[in-house]
Amino acid sequence: MDAAGTASLTARENTPPRAMIIGAGITGMQAALDIANAGYEVVLVEKLPSIGGRMAQISETFPTLDCAQCIMTPRTVEVGQHPYIHLITHSEIESIVGEIGDFRVRIRRDAAGVNWDLCTGCGLCVEKCPKRVTAEFEMQMGRRKAIYTLSPQAVPNKPVIDRENCIYYATGKCRVCERFCPTGAIDFDQAATHIEERVDIIIVATGYDLYDQALLPEYGGGDVPDVISGLAFERLLSASGPTAGKVRRPSDGKEPKEVVFIQCAGSRDPEKAMPYCSTICCMYTAKHAMLYKHRVHDGQAYVFYIDIRSGGKRYEEFVQRAMEEDKVRYIRGKVSRLFRDGDQVVVWGVDTLTGRPIEIAADLVVLATAIVPRAETRDLARMLDITIDAHGFLVEADMHLDPVGTGRPGVFVAGAAIGPRDIPEVVALGSAAAARALSLFTRWTREKALAEGVAHAI
Amino acid sequence: MRFAYFPGCTLETKAIGFDRSARQVAGELDADLVTLQEWNCCGATFPLSTDNLLDIVGPARNLVSAAEAGESTLVVACATCFNVLRRTNHALQQNADALEKINLFMERPADYAGQVQVRHLLDIFDHEVGLEEIAKKSRPGLGGLRVAAYYGCMLLRPANEIALDDPERPDIMDRLFRAMGAETVEYPHRGECCGAYLTVRSPDASMEITHRILAAAIRAGADVIATACPLCQFNLDWLQNRMAQAYAGFQKIPVLYFTQLMGLAMGLDATGYDFEKHYVDPRPVLREAGLLHTPSTVAVGRP
Amino acid sequence: MRVKLSRESLESDLVRLVEEISGEDLSTCYQCGKCSAGCPVAGSMDILPSQIIRLIQLGLVEDAMASETIWLCAACQTCYARCPKGVDLTRVMEALRELAMQELGDSLQVAQIAPCDLAEFPQQAFVAGFRKYTQ
Repeated sequence: MDAAGTASLTARENTPPRAMIIGAGITGMQAALDIANAGYEVVLVEKLPSIGGRMAQISETFPTLDCAQCIMTPRTVEVGQHPYIHLITHSEIESIVGEIGDFRVRIRRDAAGVNWDLCTGCGLCVEKCPKRVTAEFEMQMGRRKAIYTLSPQAVPNKPVIDRENCIYYATGKCRVCERFCPTGAIDFDQAATHIEERVDIIIVATGYDLYDQALLPEYGGGDVPDVISGLAFERLLSASGPTAGKVRRPSDGKEPKEVVFIQCAGSRDPEKAMPYCSTICCMYTAKHAMLYKHRVHDGQAYVFYIDIRSGGKRYEEFVQRAMEEDKVRYIRGKVSRLFRDGDQVVVWGVDTLTGRPIEIAADLVVLATAIVPRAETRDLARMLDITIDAHGFLVEADMHLDPVGTGRPGVFVAGAAIGPRDIPEVVALGSAAAARALSLFTRWTREKALAEGVAHAI
Repeated sequence: MRFAYFPGCTLETKAIGFDRSARQVAGELDADLVTLQEWNCCGATFPLSTDNLLDIVGPARNLVSAAEAGESTLVVACATCFNVLRRTNHALQQNADALEKINLFMERPADYAGQVQVRHLLDIFDHEVGLEEIAKKSRPGLGGLRVAAYYGCMLLRPANEIALDDPERPDIMDRLFRAMGAETVEYPHRGECCGAYLTVRSPDASMEITHRILAAAIRAGADVIATACPLCQFNLDWLQNRMAQAYAGFQKIPVLYFTQLMGLAMGLDATGYDFEKHYVDPRPVLREAGLLHTPSTVAVGRP
Repeated sequence: MRVKLSRESLESDLVRLVEEISGEDLSTCYQCGKCSAGCPVAGSMDILPSQIIRLIQLGLVEDAMASETIWLCAACQTCYARCPKGVDLTRVMEALRELAMQELGDSLQVAQIAPCDLAEFPQQAFVAGFRKYTQ
């Protein structure tokens, strides 16, 4: 190790440098492609069975209203097929030892119950499975089978079995999937496996989660029907979602005509130890309200806000469009509480601009719940000995001048795991982290070439 | 068990039915309430200004009295007294300067050090007696009577000082009534203010908010409202005449103290419960539910 | 008529008094309005609870003191319970009541209360009422 904290290649003599990226959302995928396209190998580890992260759950992206799947699927396919990307999904990191230039990572691949080498992704098992459960991917707005892929465009398009809810694992009966599988890929006795990887650098891109509604008792605490999170509403809007893109109330399937959107649900709230702004909610709420109006022409959308944060490129124009073109009624005031009254959800808010307390009998309420880091981020930070802040977000080496570095040489961070960010920003951060990795890789490669006399000094 | 008990001025007079039923029920549950020898009015509202230490002397004197009598716990039935005494205690525990001044001012034999714990009777029933024991003693029980528990403000807020129950989703009274055989009713305004002292100056404002509470409880199918504060009871009860005039189709509903319902559930002699003093007579509903046992409650005169 | 703001008007004696008597730092309030949204009596008030704070933030304490709002506050603590910034608005209301009464006298006279009501109301209603509405 030289003083600058970069390693030479003596640790692993003739192997070209390899990167590990933890998290295969849009950030991790961007970083993976950048590094792989530069000619270096990437080990891309993902906890879920397939890649794409949150963006796979999104219907359209602000401010362009591009179809998220349409712009992302070329990436996921590229990642899935890239000769230099070694994709390991349905897996978690168990331990990391070593240092820059020589990290030794132990990965546990959970038992899928399906032999992916034999599986062709035909989907017959999913079709035939008799057991339905609430789907996490659908944010509880829809269901999946006990054997499932996350979505029709999943990469890899191979299913896993949810052992907790599978009839066979519970009772020994069923086995329908096994019966119908044309390649004999079902393997109920499959065990978790361990994989050891040696890499030179690690990029952590583990993304975000949503604030638990149970911590918002004044907004129903997660127990009041027809009060859902923004991501759940996203699934209702999605053409490949549980309602095929039709906006329906979860309680009775009716089309809601009065929809209230509540911003800052858990954000900007020091009393709840959540002082920060979640950055993207003003934008996605405007998007949700607009898309709702596009589908339900005679519906009314209300947005309760304290401020509107729309600083990105073309963001302000987007919000104004919601107000002017789609007639979304923005009401400046924070909702104090909501409660069920018969068929509807009564919302008690305020319009601070006219000085009037407001009551709306809503058919559906969408909460823009705060962005929080995933629980796994904390565990990884501990394993890697890198800093997280009081909220669990990864801390970058310098807020201004080093947005992807950490205190640990060879470990980089990117994406929403650092803090709430929008898609353009996390993609940029993914590329930034990749650039840092590539900077090291090319330096080492060049140093080696110089040492061997096969390159010319400048 | 025995507990030092602070009745408060209203329970000694206007709301004596609450006091009598509280003592009787507590006695039956082996949680005897023994009134403090020396006590005074708590002041009925916790003083909220920093420049008015004298306002704390009144309630503080009760805590001092309890401490001098060697009591570690002071039990209160009136939600407002409970709130004031508990907040006073908290203020003294948190502010050493205020505590010192109060001690100097009162010149009692021993300085108060914040050692008394103020607890509400519901807390005693829940944690010291236990709902299992109460369920056992609930013969004949409340027979599926549909009770809308009304918590009001004083039992719940501010949550960090009062710490009795979840301020957004309280259920200590509901669990108690269910243990006693009632069916509890869900309605959205259980922890909302009844108006309290607003009624003295602006009764229409109080009426508007109490009407909202009652209408929701009635819509949810309640037979009776249960409360733990004489002012809540009064507002919810006395204002119903006004409501009947102001709101077409308003149906009246009796408002009881939680201990009155407990006494009935346990088949106790309800003679002293003063049902006849309620503005909306609870007896017809209670009779229909088969809960009025003692002949004397019927014979008091007005059917 | 424009409201004239200056360093002096924002830090006037009255503003200092309100902050001192209430013990609350009003710059903490970011005017989200959640207090007003949940106040059970807000519908009857002339100025919203959050606007009372706004007036003090702008140095317009007398306007706040002249409102009907401060007399309609029942100190139910719902505002404080839900405020994301932990501002105890009930203490601010109390401070304003004290200042208003110092200037304008009691807000409630016994003579105003109907004799039949005097007989009916529970003691605590009067004790609390007189504590809040008189000096």
